[in-house]
Amino acid sequence: MTESVTSMWFWPGMLLLALVAGYSVYRMAAVQGARWVGMATAALFGVWVVLFWEILVRALDVPRVLLPAPSLVMGSMVDHAPKLWGDFVQTVGKAVVIGWALGCGSGFLVAVAIDRMPFLQRGLLPVASLTSAIPLVGVAPIAVMWFGFEWPSKAAVVVLMTFFPMLVSTLAGLKAAGKLERELMYSYAASYTRTLLALRLPAALPFIFGALKVNATLALIGAIVAEFFGSPTSGLGFRISTEAARMNMPLVWGAIVVAAVTGSLAYALLVQLERRAAFWHPSVREG
Amino acid sequence: MATTRSLPQRLVHDWLPVAVVLLAVLIAWYVAAWGLNAQGAIERVLDEEAGYTQMELFEATMTMERPLMPAPHQVAMDFYESLTEWPIDSPRNLIYHVIVTGQSTLLGFAMGTALGLVLSVLIVHSRTLDKALLPWIVASQTVPVLAIAPIVLVILGSLGFAGTAPKAVIAMYLCFFPVTVAMVQGLRSPQKIETEMMHTYAASRWQSLWLLRLPAALPFLFPALRVGVAAGLVGAMVAELPTGAQAGLGARLLTGSYYGQTTQIWSALVMSALLGLALTGIVAGVERLVLRSRGGV
Repeated sequence: MTESVTSMWFWPGMLLLALVAGYSVYRMAAVQGARWVGMATAALFGVWVVLFWEILVRALDVPRVLLPAPSLVMGSMVDHAPKLWGDFVQTVGKAVVIGWALGCGSGFLVAVAIDRMPFLQRGLLPVASLTSAIPLVGVAPIAVMWFGFEWPSKAAVVVLMTFFPMLVSTLAGLKAAGKLERELMYSYAASYTRTLLALRLPAALPFIFGALKVNATLALIGAIVAEFFGSPTSGLGFRISTEAARMNMPLVWGAIVVAAVTGSLAYALLVQLERRAAFWHPSVREG
Repeated sequence: MATTRSLPQRLVHDWLPVAVVLLAVLIAWYVAAWGLNAQGAIERVLDEEAGYTQMELFEATMTMERPLMPAPHQVAMDFYESLTEWPIDSPRNLIYHVIVTGQSTLLGFAMGTALGLVLSVLIVHSRTLDKALLPWIVASQTVPVLAIAPIVLVILGSLGFAGTAPKAVIAMYLCFFPVTVAMVQGLRSPQKIETEMMHTYAASRWQSLWLLRLPAALPFLFPALRVGVAAGLVGAMVAELPTGAQAGLGARLLTGSYYGQTTQIWSALVMSALLGLALTGIVAGVERLVLRSRGGV
């Protein structure tokens, strides 16, 4: 492949290709109307980036330790598919899903429980929002010490990281129902539970989904980083750190692709759920 | 709201609840230390044959050498000792690690903010970039960005960069996202009538950016900066893990976990929490100054 660089046509060719790429994306973005245009433009852009990545890495003979070509990464993913599947099950299937569900669930329940206690809220809210400035991933070594190397220690870190954002968002969401609507419920002699279920929780849905989405990313990051502190012989974080140490970059990138696709799918899934659940909300209707 | 209350009222209304919650946390911590360490204390410190009183057990759990859970006062002691008994340039002093981690955090934060600002201005002014680039920036957030930390370190390492730069790059990667997204939103926040007025004044793109869009975006920018600096700290700490770095709060956590130095882990954790609070506090302070000087809230 090195010959192609020495060929005098390589760089002009690349320039031409870049112009074609830029122009095609530009034209695609200029299409008016239809909803798929945005996605198609982004997809087209992504395809061009991967293509240029592949061509440049091969043509310039970039060492694969620095940056493996996309085809190499794909090949490595296919070769090591069982390994990566095991990592996926270990990290996402156990630590992330369980930790995320526990953290979000308990955050939600605590928020509903203390919603009627202004004193506790005034005490807890500042503390809870302060935790966003604290690098909570740091508790990973302690979690390993308490819960062992297996997935429960990772899930524990995830629970801690996801609990506070959910608590803060749910409390904010429960306050989102307007005064007018609340007074209407009051004039209907609706009970507290009734108001909560029929008015305030639905009104809080956008906030709750916001936290669920943010937490999905946080959970993935938390679990992967927690595996750097010690893990059994599988898991995405384990794979990334050990294969990086062995300079097996294609597989490292493969593990990252798995994590990235998982994160994006989880996000997309939650967005779809939100569209179903909070279809009436302006933020959903317009977007 | 707060301005209408007198100082004592504010103390009771705002600070008493926080104090109560913190006190509850402290008590829970002591109880947890007692419960978690009891087993180890019975096995290692106390003489089971000779018997022991509950008081002795309690004391033993509070003063163990390598407890499962160090008691708050042990952490406080370790914290204090590390600050006072060693010179600042000694790796045993936590301030030394704070400086190392703080440097890469701040450098990464500055780079990430700059990148985020440039990207957001470009995106707001170009429909193509908006359609093509923004979805990928959003998608990059659903990617566990920290996962690429080891790779960035390897790549930059083989290019001859070492020390602060690679860690700052990872902090930058975490910082730029919130800034970009918030600034795109903020730069678009002026209403149509305002942009149209700039148009009737024949203002150039540059003028309407500088005079209208940027000021309107400020309230969006600062919350993003607070998030960004906290994320940057996490990035800088995580970047210290796979390198086997000797310095920095992340490295301190890792060595602590290698050698089972529980108290050391906890005091490093407390220190990183304080650093995070200090960094966001500084950003919040700047925010207040800037918004006030602009006659805002």
